[in-house]
Amino acid sequence: MEIEKKSTRDGLGDSLLELGENPDIVVLSADLTESVRVDKFAKKFPNRFIQTGIAEQNMASIAAGLSLCNKIPFITSHAAFSPSRNWDQIRVSICMSGENGANVKIASTHSGFSNAPDGQTAEALEDIALMRVLPKMTVISPIDYYQTIKAVSEAVKYKGPVYIRLSKTDTECITSEKDDFQIGKTYVLRKGSAITVLCTGVITAEVLKAMEMLDKDIELIACPTIKPLDAETILKSISKTGKVLTVEEHQLSGGFGSAVLEMLNEHKVPMTITRLGVNDAFGVSGSYEDLLQKFCLDSKSIAEKIKAL
Amino acid sequence: MLNKICHLEELAIKIRKNIVTMLLEAGSGHPAGAIGMAEVFAALYFEVMNIDPHKPDDPNRDRLVLSAGHMVPVWYATLAERGYFDEKLLWKLRKFDSPLQGHPVLASIPGIENTSGSLGQGLSQAIGMALAAIIDQKDYRVYCITGDGELQEGQIWEAAMLAPKYNLANLAWIIDRNRIQLSGNTEELMPLEQLRAKLEAFNWNVMEINGHDIEEIVSACNMARNVTQRPSAIIANTTPGKGIDFMENKYEWHGKSFNKTEAKKALAELSTLSNRISKV
Repeated sequence: MEIEKKSTRDGLGDSLLELGENPDIVVLSADLTESVRVDKFAKKFPNRFIQTGIAEQNMASIAAGLSLCNKIPFITSHAAFSPSRNWDQIRVSICMSGENGANVKIASTHSGFSNAPDGQTAEALEDIALMRVLPKMTVISPIDYYQTIKAVSEAVKYKGPVYIRLSKTDTECITSEKDDFQIGKTYVLRKGSAITVLCTGVITAEVLKAMEMLDKDIELIACPTIKPLDAETILKSISKTGKVLTVEEHQLSGGFGSAVLEMLNEHKVPMTITRLGVNDAFGVSGSYEDLLQKFCLDSKSIAEKIKAL
Repeated sequence: MLNKICHLEELAIKIRKNIVTMLLEAGSGHPAGAIGMAEVFAALYFEVMNIDPHKPDDPNRDRLVLSAGHMVPVWYATLAERGYFDEKLLWKLRKFDSPLQGHPVLASIPGIENTSGSLGQGLSQAIGMALAAIIDQKDYRVYCITGDGELQEGQIWEAAMLAPKYNLANLAWIIDRNRIQLSGNTEELMPLEQLRAKLEAFNWNVMEINGHDIEEIVSACNMARNVTQRPSAIIANTTPGKGIDFMENKYEWHGKSFNKTEAKKALAELSTLSNRISKV
């Protein structure tokens, strides 16, 4: 049977449409309305949709102002622009506003290589690092469409800034409507005892395909929340397997694998880990699949890396 | 009204004196702009704005957003004078563990409405508050204060485009037109004129006033309140360091504090100024 494929940007749009009855939710767009799938929200709730034009900095600070008057604003754009063009505004206007930071949700689509045909300037490979470094910021990178729907809903309940990293590409649905999602929790997708594989974001679908090619006793843990990291579950798995591999569609510097490394160091776990991601490079134009292959993040390359462990 | 104006002029002088002492104690800071804005702050907090220092979180209060964060000593001094917090805290400006940081931080002390320091963000923050009022059908007003050198930041013009688009008549943007910035005079460093024409072209309701004349400040804010469909920009022409002869119009005083001798001289001069600032 063909597995259902959907993008996490569709998860954002569908979720906001459903949550839109909440009179506090305000959606802001910097021109990319349909592209980030908030066009339906804009039509249904025009009084709570703000079109800032191509002005991500203005959008971020306006959202801070809205949140200071008890609104729950979502700023939406592509991950290559927000958060990068507006990092200063996210730091000062959002993260430094009040004890928990301003209650602004930053939802960014087209992350990783999902906008690959547009070339390297459109490929967001640094956004996790940019957001993870900020105090008060929570960073979520859902693994599929259904998890995105829940992550958006949980982000609304959570009081404080949340970065939600989303993708343009239609990828396999791994979770279902019934599955649990909580901020700060990891989810064991496959139980195993020889190797711990940790992944975040929609690249998880590639990892699952890689596992089908292998005859290895792998424990696969999805880590949709990168900050705060669920140290307990990860450490428990590692104490059993003694081997770790991380997979992300992001620069290795400052990304998800770095977060895992830092956590292991904090807990004085004396081990080296294998991190898959982009090693200090920019991409090129091509298809999503082309770019995954170029950076050895396609299922076949991932399988080879796991095999070599 | 005349009595009221005299009272506010006196208050502005007291605020100036407190700024001098605060900066002397702190050993660093930005005096010229803060001192130049004393009348604007006195007018806003003692006449114009619908606020209650005992209810600093009242959802229906008017808001002031300070975009030019380095001007914060005048905000702190005004808030203390208005009864938001104990004046003694002023002497701890910029000290370790003091709630009065060198630039404003939201929720650090009652009355501070926004976080700023990186220039150019406040007008957007104020727009967010004004939009929230429209969404929630509340009738509070939002005042935003920026510098003029600050208008070199691109984000200001993003915000300047958006506010008229959303007919933010509940927003008043007060520009401290003191013509200096850290490294020099604004018109030499980066020409801003014709500022009025620029803002009018962006579809703002623009007024130009003497930023030391209490009556003009209050009346401009009242006129802004009566405008429908458009946000108002008030270009407040001010003299940086106003009232302290050796500071006036000198950009060198944008970002350095006083030594003891300078502070003494400044305070002595301010003591002889009563009722003279706007009329001299």
